[in-house]
Amino acid sequence: MADEIILLDFWPSMFGMKVRIALAEKGLKYEYRDEDLFNKGPLLLEMNPIHKKIPVLIHNGKPICESQIIVQYIDEVWKDKSPLLPSDPYHRAQARFWADYIDKKIYNLGSKLIRSKKENLEIPKKEFIECLKLLEGELADKSYFGGVKLGLVDIALVPFCSSFYAYETFANFSIEEECPKLNLWAKRCMEKESVSSSLPHQQKVYDFILQVRRQFGLE
Amino acid sequence: MGSVVVGVRAACDAGGGEVLAMKAGSSLEDAGLAIHEGGATSTGVVGAARGYQNIMAEEVKLFRTWSTPFALRIVWALKIKGVEYETIFEDLYNKSPSLLQYNPAHKKVPVLVHNGKPISESYVILEYIDETWKETPLLPEDPYERAMARFWAKFGDDKVFTSIFGGVFVKEGKEQEEAMVEAMENLQFLEEELRGKKFFGGERIGFVDLALGWLANLISILEDVAGLKIVGEDKFPLLSAWMKDFADSPIIKDNWPPRDKMIAKFQALRDAKLAAAASK
Repeated sequence: MADEIILLDFWPSMFGMKVRIALAEKGLKYEYRDEDLFNKGPLLLEMNPIHKKIPVLIHNGKPICESQIIVQYIDEVWKDKSPLLPSDPYHRAQARFWADYIDKKIYNLGSKLIRSKKENLEIPKKEFIECLKLLEGELADKSYFGGVKLGLVDIALVPFCSSFYAYETFANFSIEEECPKLNLWAKRCMEKESVSSSLPHQQKVYDFILQVRRQFGLE
Repeated sequence: MGSVVVGVRAACDAGGGEVLAMKAGSSLEDAGLAIHEGGATSTGVVGAARGYQNIMAEEVKLFRTWSTPFALRIVWALKIKGVEYETIFEDLYNKSPSLLQYNPAHKKVPVLVHNGKPISESYVILEYIDETWKETPLLPEDPYERAMARFWAKFGDDKVFTSIFGGVFVKEGKEQEEAMVEAMENLQFLEEELRGKKFFGGERIGFVDLALGWLANLISILEDVAGLKIVGEDKFPLLSAWMKDFADSPIIKDNWPPRDKMIAKFQALRDAKLAAAASK
Protein backbone atom coordinates (compact mmCIF):
# COMPACT_ATOMS: atom_id res chain seq x y z
CA MET A 1 0.00 0.00 0.00
CA ALA A 2 1.42 3.37 -0.95
CA ASP A 3 1.94 5.84 1.88
CA GLU A 4 -0.58 8.65 2.08
CA ILE A 5 1.11 11.83 3.29
CA ILE A 6 -0.66 15.15 3.79
CA LEU A 7 1.04 18.29 5.10
CA LEU A 8 -1.12 21.00 6.69
CA ASP A 9 0.99 24.12 6.41
CA PHE A 10 1.05 27.90 5.81
CA TRP A 11 3.36 29.12 3.06
CA PRO A 12 5.45 31.70 5.05
CA SER A 13 5.83 29.41 8.10
CA MET A 14 9.45 28.60 8.77
CA PHE A 15 8.36 25.57 10.76
CA GLY A 16 6.39 24.32 7.78
CA MET A 17 9.40 24.85 5.52
CA LYS A 18 11.46 22.49 7.69
CA VAL A 19 9.00 19.69 7.04
CA ARG A 20 8.84 20.45 3.30
CA ILE A 21 12.63 20.19 3.05
CA ALA A 22 12.73 16.92 5.03
CA LEU A 23 10.05 15.36 2.80
CA ALA A 24 11.92 16.53 -0.32
CA GLU A 25 15.24 15.19 0.96
CA LYS A 26 13.61 11.78 1.32
CA GLY A 27 12.04 12.04 -2.14
CA LEU A 28 8.53 11.65 -0.75
CA LYS A 29 5.34 12.54 -2.59
CA TYR A 30 2.74 14.29 -0.49
CA GLU A 31 -0.32 16.51 -0.67
CA TYR A 32 0.38 20.08 0.46
CA ARG A 33 -2.51 22.04 1.94
CA ASP A 34 -2.22 25.73 2.76
CA GLU A 35 -4.28 26.56 5.83
CA ASP A 36 -6.11 29.80 6.54
CA LEU A 37 -4.88 30.52 10.05
CA PHE A 38 -7.66 33.05 10.70
CA ASN A 39 -10.29 30.50 9.75
CA LYS A 40 -8.87 27.12 10.71
CA GLY A 41 -10.34 24.18 8.89
CA PRO A 42 -11.91 21.14 10.57
CA LEU A 43 -9.06 18.81 9.56
CA LEU A 44 -6.45 20.98 11.30
CA LEU A 45 -8.60 21.24 14.43
CA GLU A 46 -9.17 17.49 14.42
CA MET A 47 -5.55 16.56 13.80
CA ASN A 48 -4.01 19.07 16.22
CA PRO A 49 -6.69 19.71 18.83
CA ILE A 50 -4.20 20.69 21.53
CA HIS A 51 -2.25 23.41 19.76
CA LYS A 52 -4.38 24.03 16.64
CA LYS A 53 -1.18 24.95 14.80
CA ILE A 54 0.61 24.08 11.61
CA PRO A 55 2.62 22.22 10.46
CA VAL A 56 0.83 18.92 10.92
CA LEU A 57 1.97 15.84 9.02
CA ILE A 58 -0.76 13.26 8.47
CA HIS A 59 0.75 9.87 7.58
CA ASN A 60 -1.78 7.21 6.64
CA GLY A 61 -4.37 9.07 8.69
CA LYS A 62 -2.22 9.52 11.80
CA PRO A 63 -1.20 13.07 12.77
CA ILE A 64 2.21 14.18 13.95
CA CYS A 65 2.64 17.74 15.28
CA GLU A 66 5.55 20.07 16.11
CA SER A 67 8.08 20.59 13.31
CA GLN A 68 11.12 19.19 15.10
CA ILE A 69 9.17 16.07 16.06
CA ILE A 70 7.82 15.70 12.51
CA VAL A 71 11.29 15.96 10.96
CA GLN A 72 12.66 13.28 13.30
CA TYR A 73 9.64 11.08 12.57
CA ILE A 74 10.27 11.41 8.82
CA ASP A 75 13.93 10.54 9.38
CA GLU A 76 13.06 7.45 11.43
CA VAL A 77 10.33 6.08 9.16
CA TRP A 78 12.23 6.59 5.89
CA LYS A 79 15.57 5.78 7.39
CA ASP A 80 17.21 4.24 4.35
CA LYS A 81 17.39 7.40 2.30
CA SER A 82 19.34 10.61 3.05
CA PRO A 83 19.66 10.24 6.83
CA LEU A 84 19.24 13.61 8.52
CA LEU A 85 21.01 12.64 11.75
CA PRO A 86 24.46 11.06 12.17
CA SER A 87 24.72 7.58 13.66
CA ASP A 88 26.94 8.42 16.65
CA PRO A 89 24.88 9.28 19.79
CA TYR A 90 27.08 12.25 20.77
CA HIS A 91 26.86 13.86 17.34
CA ARG A 92 23.12 13.18 17.28
CA ALA A 93 22.84 14.96 20.62
CA GLN A 94 24.80 17.93 19.29
CA ALA A 95 22.52 18.11 16.22
CA ARG A 96 19.38 17.97 18.38
CA PHE A 97 20.81 20.64 20.70
CA TRP A 98 21.52 23.09 17.89
CA ALA A 99 18.21 22.43 16.15
CA ASP A 100 16.47 23.17 19.47
CA TYR A 101 18.61 26.32 19.95
CA ILE A 102 17.61 27.57 16.52
CA ASP A 103 13.92 26.90 17.14
CA LYS A 104 13.97 28.78 20.42
CA LYS A 105 16.52 31.57 20.07
CA ILE A 106 16.67 32.40 16.37
CA TYR A 107 12.92 32.20 16.01
CA ASN A 108 12.26 34.47 19.00
CA LEU A 109 14.89 37.02 18.07
CA GLY A 110 13.83 37.03 14.43
CA SER A 111 10.25 37.60 15.55
CA LYS A 112 11.36 40.57 17.64
CA LEU A 113 13.04 42.13 14.61
CA ILE A 114 9.82 41.86 12.67
CA ARG A 115 7.51 42.99 15.46
CA SER A 116 9.50 45.94 16.79
CA LYS A 117 9.13 49.56 15.80
CA LYS A 118 12.12 50.92 13.91
CA GLU A 119 13.33 52.91 16.92
CA ASN A 120 13.42 49.77 19.10
CA LEU A 121 15.42 47.57 16.76
CA GLU A 122 18.99 48.10 18.01
CA ILE A 123 19.01 45.59 20.87
CA PRO A 124 17.09 42.79 19.08
CA LYS A 125 19.36 43.29 16.08
CA LYS A 126 22.51 42.98 18.20
CA GLU A 127 21.21 39.81 19.92
CA PHE A 128 20.13 38.30 16.60
CA ILE A 129 23.53 38.87 15.01
CA GLU A 130 25.27 37.42 18.09
CA CYS A 131 23.22 34.23 17.76
CA LEU A 132 23.97 33.97 14.06
CA LYS A 133 27.67 34.36 14.82
CA LEU A 134 27.47 31.58 17.40
CA LEU A 135 25.91 29.33 14.78
CA GLU A 136 28.54 30.42 12.27
CA GLY A 137 31.18 29.28 14.76
CA GLU A 138 29.43 25.94 15.03
CA LEU A 139 29.42 25.59 11.22
CA ALA A 140 33.19 26.29 11.18
CA ASP A 141 34.65 25.06 7.88
CA LYS A 142 32.04 22.44 7.11
CA SER A 143 29.93 22.68 3.97
CA TYR A 144 26.80 22.01 5.98
CA PHE A 145 26.06 21.74 9.70
CA GLY A 146 25.45 18.06 8.89
CA GLY A 147 28.97 17.75 7.45
CA VAL A 148 29.13 16.90 3.75
CA LYS A 149 25.34 16.61 3.50
CA LEU A 150 22.31 18.51 4.72
CA GLY A 151 21.28 17.47 8.23
CA LEU A 152 18.83 18.28 10.99
CA VAL A 153 20.51 21.57 11.91
CA ASP A 154 20.68 22.79 8.31
CA ILE A 155 16.98 22.01 7.95
CA ALA A 156 16.23 23.91 11.18
CA LEU A 157 18.13 27.05 10.12
CA VAL A 158 17.72 27.34 6.37
CA PRO A 159 14.05 28.45 6.48
CA PHE A 160 15.19 31.65 8.16
CA CYS A 161 17.06 32.48 4.95
CA SER A 162 13.71 33.19 3.32
CA SER A 163 13.36 36.04 5.83
CA PHE A 164 16.92 37.34 5.54
CA TYR A 165 15.95 40.11 3.13
CA ALA A 166 13.16 41.15 5.49
CA TYR A 167 15.44 41.15 8.56
CA GLU A 168 18.18 43.08 6.74
CA THR A 169 15.76 45.67 5.41
CA PHE A 170 13.79 46.29 8.62
CA ALA A 171 16.81 46.25 10.94
CA ASN A 172 19.29 47.79 8.51
CA PHE A 173 22.21 45.37 8.47
CA SER A 174 23.85 42.95 6.06
CA ILE A 175 24.14 39.26 6.85
CA GLU A 176 26.85 38.94 4.23
CA GLU A 177 28.94 41.51 6.13
CA GLU A 178 28.20 40.24 9.63
CA CYS A 179 28.30 36.48 8.95
CA PRO A 180 30.02 35.82 5.62
CA LYS A 181 30.42 32.06 6.18
CA LEU A 182 26.75 31.67 7.07
CA ASN A 183 25.84 33.69 4.01
CA LEU A 184 27.84 31.29 1.82
CA TRP A 185 26.24 28.33 3.58
CA ALA A 186 22.79 29.77 2.81
CA LYS A 187 23.68 30.09 -0.89
CA ARG A 188 25.02 26.54 -0.89
CA CYS A 189 21.77 25.24 0.62
CA MET A 190 19.64 27.15 -1.86
CA GLU A 191 21.43 25.34 -4.71
CA LYS A 192 19.81 22.14 -3.52
CA GLU A 193 16.48 21.31 -5.13
CA SER A 194 14.98 20.15 -1.81
CA VAL A 195 15.61 23.60 -0.30
CA SER A 196 14.89 25.89 -3.25
CA SER A 197 11.59 24.12 -3.95
CA SER A 198 10.51 24.42 -0.30
CA LEU A 199 11.28 28.06 0.46
CA PRO A 200 9.22 31.00 -0.77
CA HIS A 201 11.05 33.83 -2.47
CA GLN A 202 12.60 36.35 -0.08
CA GLN A 203 10.75 39.24 -1.75
CA LYS A 204 7.41 37.50 -1.30
CA VAL A 205 8.15 36.94 2.41
CA TYR A 206 9.23 40.59 2.79
CA ASP A 207 6.00 41.82 1.18
CA PHE A 208 3.95 39.57 3.47
CA ILE A 209 5.75 40.80 6.62
CA LEU A 210 5.46 44.42 5.50
CA GLN A 211 1.72 43.97 5.10
CA VAL A 212 1.47 42.49 8.63
CA ARG A 213 3.61 45.29 10.07
CA ARG A 214 1.32 47.88 8.47
CA GLN A 215 -1.73 46.13 9.92
CA PHE A 216 -0.18 46.41 13.38
CA GLY A 217 0.82 50.02 12.93
CA LEU A 218 4.55 49.35 12.89
CA GLU A 219 5.11 51.03 9.53
CA MET B 1 38.29 12.73 59.27
CA GLY B 2 34.86 11.80 60.62
CA SER B 3 33.18 13.46 57.65
CA VAL B 4 35.38 11.45 55.26
CA VAL B 5 34.18 8.16 56.75
CA VAL B 6 30.54 9.27 56.64
CA GLY B 7 30.94 10.37 53.04
CA VAL B 8 32.46 7.10 51.90
CA ARG B 9 29.97 4.89 53.73
CA ALA B 10 27.02 6.83 52.35
CA ALA B 11 28.43 6.66 48.84
CA CYS B 12 28.68 2.89 49.07
CA ASP B 13 25.24 2.55 50.64
CA ALA B 14 23.56 4.74 48.02
CA GLY B 15 23.12 1.88 45.55
CA GLY B 16 23.02 4.06 42.46
CA GLY B 17 26.71 4.82 42.77
CA GLU B 18 26.36 8.55 43.13
CA VAL B 19 29.43 10.34 44.41
CA LEU B 20 29.09 13.93 45.44
CA ALA B 21 31.74 16.46 44.55
CA MET B 22 31.28 19.77 46.28
CA LYS B 23 33.19 22.87 45.45
CA ALA B 24 35.72 23.57 48.15
CA GLY B 25 34.32 26.01 50.69
CA SER B 26 30.66 25.03 50.15
CA SER B 27 28.67 24.49 53.30
CA LEU B 28 26.48 21.49 54.05
CA GLU B 29 23.53 23.90 53.96
CA ASP B 30 24.40 24.74 50.36
CA ALA B 31 24.43 21.02 49.68
CA GLY B 32 20.86 20.44 50.85
CA LEU B 33 20.57 17.10 49.15
CA ALA B 34 24.13 16.30 50.22
CA ILE B 35 22.97 16.18 53.85
CA HIS B 36 20.29 13.76 52.73
CA GLU B 37 22.93 11.56 51.10
CA GLY B 38 25.57 11.97 53.83
CA GLY B 39 27.80 13.76 51.39
CA ALA B 40 31.18 15.32 51.29
CA THR B 41 32.35 18.80 52.06
CA SER B 42 35.51 18.80 50.06
CA THR B 43 36.66 17.27 46.81
CA GLY B 44 39.24 15.28 48.76
CA VAL B 45 36.50 12.89 49.84
CA VAL B 46 35.58 12.12 46.25
CA GLY B 47 38.93 10.50 45.68
CA ALA B 48 38.59 8.35 48.82
CA ALA B 49 35.02 7.37 47.93
CA ARG B 50 36.04 6.34 44.44
CA GLY B 51 38.52 3.88 45.86
CA TYR B 52 35.63 1.89 47.29
CA GLN B 53 33.78 1.71 43.98
CA ASN B 54 34.64 -0.15 40.81
CA ILE B 55 36.82 2.10 38.67
CA MET B 56 34.60 2.52 35.62
CA ALA B 57 36.07 2.97 32.16
CA GLU B 58 33.54 5.73 31.56
CA GLU B 59 33.32 9.03 33.35
CA VAL B 60 29.87 10.52 33.69
CA LYS B 61 29.21 13.84 35.42
CA LEU B 62 25.95 15.66 35.96
CA PHE B 63 25.92 19.39 36.63
CA ARG B 64 22.72 20.41 38.37
CA THR B 65 21.15 22.31 41.25
CA TRP B 66 19.59 20.62 44.27
CA SER B 67 16.07 21.63 43.26
CA THR B 68 15.63 21.93 39.50
CA PRO B 69 13.03 19.41 38.29
CA PHE B 70 14.63 19.32 34.84
CA ALA B 71 17.77 17.72 36.27
CA LEU B 72 15.80 15.15 38.25
CA ARG B 73 14.79 13.61 34.92
CA ILE B 74 18.43 12.94 34.23
CA VAL B 75 19.06 11.51 37.72
CA TRP B 76 16.15 9.10 37.29
CA ALA B 77 17.26 8.04 33.78
CA LEU B 78 20.84 7.38 34.87
CA LYS B 79 19.74 5.40 37.94
CA ILE B 80 17.10 3.41 36.05
CA LYS B 81 19.84 2.37 33.63
CA GLY B 82 22.32 1.68 36.42
CA VAL B 83 24.84 4.24 35.17
CA GLU B 84 27.45 5.37 37.71
CA TYR B 85 27.96 9.11 37.76
CA GLU B 86 29.25 12.06 39.75
CA THR B 87 27.08 15.04 40.72
CA ILE B 88 28.38 18.60 40.64
CA PHE B 89 26.00 21.04 42.35
CA GLU B 90 25.91 24.50 40.85
CA ASP B 91 25.04 27.82 42.42
CA LEU B 92 23.19 29.61 39.65
CA TYR B 93 24.17 33.01 41.07
CA ASN B 94 27.83 32.01 40.90
CA LYS B 95 28.20 29.61 37.99
CA SER B 96 31.37 27.58 37.87
CA PRO B 97 33.87 28.03 35.02
CA SER B 98 33.21 24.38 34.11
CA LEU B 99 29.51 24.99 33.57
CA LEU B 100 30.19 28.06 31.45
CA GLN B 101 32.70 26.08 29.43
CA TYR B 102 30.37 23.09 28.95
CA ASN B 103 27.22 25.07 28.13
CA PRO B 104 28.30 28.41 26.70
CA ALA B 105 25.15 28.83 24.61
CA HIS B 106 22.64 28.73 27.49
CA LYS B 107 24.80 28.66 30.67
CA LYS B 108 22.14 26.47 32.29
CA VAL B 109 21.79 23.18 34.13
CA PRO B 110 21.42 20.29 33.70
CA VAL B 111 24.53 19.43 31.72
CA LEU B 112 25.75 15.85 31.31
CA VAL B 113 29.43 15.35 30.62
CA HIS B 114 30.33 11.90 29.29
CA ASN B 115 34.05 11.18 28.98
CA GLY B 116 34.68 14.91 28.80
CA LYS B 117 32.03 15.64 26.17
CA PRO B 118 29.12 17.88 27.26
CA ILE B 119 25.44 17.50 26.37
CA SER B 120 22.89 20.17 27.35
CA GLU B 121 19.06 20.50 27.32
CA SER B 122 17.26 17.88 29.39
CA TYR B 123 15.38 16.12 26.55
CA VAL B 124 18.52 16.03 24.38
CA ILE B 125 20.36 14.49 27.35
CA LEU B 126 17.59 11.93 27.94
CA GLU B 127 17.68 10.77 24.31
CA TYR B 128 21.48 10.60 24.47
CA ILE B 129 21.31 8.45 27.60
CA ASP B 130 18.71 6.20 25.96
CA GLU B 131 20.89 5.74 22.85
CA THR B 132 24.14 5.23 24.75
CA TRP B 133 22.98 2.86 27.52
CA LYS B 134 20.49 0.67 25.75
CA GLU B 135 19.19 -1.46 28.65
CA THR B 136 15.76 -0.51 30.05
CA PRO B 137 14.79 1.65 27.06
CA LEU B 138 12.93 4.88 27.81
CA LEU B 139 11.56 5.66 24.34
CA PRO B 140 9.42 3.14 22.45
CA GLU B 141 10.75 1.54 19.25
CA ASP B 142 7.93 2.41 16.89
CA PRO B 143 8.52 5.79 15.17
CA TYR B 144 4.92 6.96 15.66
CA GLU B 145 4.96 6.06 19.36
CA ARG B 146 8.31 7.86 19.68
CA ALA B 147 6.84 10.96 18.04
CA MET B 148 3.94 10.83 20.50
CA ALA B 149 6.32 10.50 23.46
CA ARG B 150 8.34 13.50 22.28
CA PHE B 151 5.10 15.44 21.78
CA TRP B 152 3.86 14.85 25.33
CA ALA B 153 7.24 15.65 26.83
CA LYS B 154 7.33 18.98 24.97
CA PHE B 155 3.70 19.67 25.92
CA GLY B 156 4.63 19.08 29.56
CA ASP B 157 7.32 21.76 29.53
CA ASP B 158 5.86 24.27 27.08
CA LYS B 159 2.27 24.19 28.31
CA VAL B 160 1.70 22.36 31.59
CA PHE B 161 4.75 23.67 33.46
CA THR B 162 4.41 27.18 32.05
CA SER B 163 0.70 27.48 32.85
CA ILE B 164 1.11 26.18 36.40
CA PHE B 165 4.46 27.52 37.51
CA GLY B 166 4.60 30.60 35.28
CA GLY B 167 0.85 31.23 35.53
CA VAL B 168 -1.20 30.02 38.49
CA PHE B 169 1.65 29.94 41.00
CA VAL B 170 2.98 33.47 40.58
CA LYS B 171 -0.37 35.25 40.31
CA GLU B 172 -3.30 36.01 42.55
CA GLY B 173 -6.92 37.11 42.34
CA LYS B 174 -8.56 37.36 38.94
CA GLU B 175 -5.29 36.84 37.06
CA GLN B 176 -4.77 33.58 38.92
CA GLU B 177 -8.31 32.44 38.11
CA GLU B 178 -7.70 33.04 34.42
CA ALA B 179 -4.35 31.21 34.55
CA MET B 180 -6.09 28.34 36.35
CA VAL B 181 -8.52 27.85 33.43
CA GLU B 182 -5.61 27.27 31.05
CA ALA B 183 -3.78 25.04 33.54
CA MET B 184 -6.91 22.90 33.98
CA GLU B 185 -7.28 22.49 30.20
CA ASN B 186 -3.67 21.35 29.92
CA LEU B 187 -4.02 18.91 32.80
CA GLN B 188 -7.19 17.50 31.24
CA PHE B 189 -5.19 16.54 28.13
CA LEU B 190 -2.80 14.59 30.37
CA GLU B 191 -5.73 12.96 32.18
CA GLU B 192 -7.11 11.71 28.86
CA GLU B 193 -3.71 10.47 27.71
CA LEU B 194 -3.54 8.22 30.80
CA ARG B 195 -6.78 6.42 29.96
CA GLY B 196 -6.19 2.65 30.05
CA LYS B 197 -2.60 3.02 31.24
CA LYS B 198 -0.84 2.88 34.58
CA PHE B 199 2.06 5.02 33.42
CA PHE B 200 2.35 7.27 30.38
CA GLY B 201 4.86 4.68 29.14
CA GLY B 202 2.30 1.88 29.56
CA GLU B 203 3.03 -0.86 32.07
CA ARG B 204 6.32 0.64 33.14
CA ILE B 205 7.90 4.07 33.48
CA GLY B 206 9.08 5.59 30.20
CA PHE B 207 10.27 8.82 28.62
CA VAL B 208 7.03 10.73 29.18
CA ASP B 209 6.81 9.69 32.84
CA LEU B 210 10.31 11.05 33.42
CA ALA B 211 9.42 14.20 31.48
CA LEU B 212 6.24 14.83 33.50
CA GLY B 213 7.59 13.40 36.76
CA TRP B 214 8.09 16.86 38.27
CA LEU B 215 4.29 16.98 38.69
CA ALA B 216 4.41 14.17 41.23
CA ASN B 217 6.42 16.25 43.68
CA LEU B 218 6.22 19.90 42.74
CA ILE B 219 2.42 20.15 42.48
CA SER B 220 1.81 19.47 46.18
CA ILE B 221 4.55 21.95 47.10
CA LEU B 222 3.05 24.66 44.89
CA GLU B 223 -0.42 23.85 46.27
CA ASP B 224 0.83 24.22 49.87
CA VAL B 225 2.61 27.50 49.15
CA ALA B 226 -0.13 29.10 47.06
CA GLY B 227 -2.94 27.70 49.24
CA LEU B 228 -5.02 26.17 46.49
CA LYS B 229 -5.74 22.82 44.87
CA ILE B 230 -4.40 22.32 41.36
CA VAL B 231 -4.67 18.57 40.72
CA GLY B 232 -7.80 17.46 42.58
CA GLU B 233 -8.56 13.74 42.84
CA ASP B 234 -12.17 14.27 41.81
CA LYS B 235 -11.31 16.19 38.65
CA PHE B 236 -8.16 14.26 37.78
CA PRO B 237 -8.47 10.73 39.20
CA LEU B 238 -6.05 9.11 36.73
CA LEU B 239 -3.44 11.86 37.00
CA SER B 240 -3.67 11.80 40.81
CA ALA B 241 -3.18 8.04 40.85
CA TRP B 242 -0.24 8.32 38.45
CA MET B 243 1.36 11.00 40.63
CA LYS B 244 1.22 8.66 43.64
CA ASP B 245 2.41 5.60 41.70
CA PHE B 246 5.25 7.52 40.11
CA ALA B 247 6.36 9.25 43.32
CA ASP B 248 6.46 5.91 45.17
CA SER B 249 8.24 3.95 42.43
CA PRO B 250 11.65 2.44 43.15
CA ILE B 251 14.49 4.85 42.43
CA ILE B 252 12.07 7.76 41.97
CA LYS B 253 11.07 7.76 45.64
CA ASP B 254 14.68 7.95 46.84
CA ASN B 255 15.58 11.06 44.87
CA TRP B 256 13.14 13.80 45.73
CA PRO B 257 14.74 17.00 47.09
CA PRO B 258 14.04 17.83 50.78
CA ARG B 259 10.45 19.04 51.09
CA ASP B 260 11.04 21.70 53.74
CA LYS B 261 13.76 23.30 51.61
CA MET B 262 11.48 23.22 48.58
CA ILE B 263 8.61 24.85 50.48
CA ALA B 264 10.93 27.62 51.68
CA LYS B 265 12.36 28.18 48.21
CA PHE B 266 9.03 28.32 46.42
CA GLN B 267 7.47 30.47 49.12
CA ALA B 268 10.27 32.98 48.59
CA LEU B 269 9.82 32.77 44.80
CA ARG B 270 6.08 33.41 44.99
CA ASP B 271 6.51 36.30 47.44
CA ALA B 272 9.10 37.93 45.20
CA LYS B 273 6.96 37.56 42.06
CA LEU B 274 3.83 38.95 43.74
CA ALA B 275 5.79 41.86 45.19
CA ALA B 276 7.26 42.67 41.78
CA ALA B 277 3.82 42.56 40.17
CA ALA B 278 2.32 44.76 42.89
CA SER B 279 4.99 47.42 42.51
CA LYS B 280 4.24 47.91 38.78
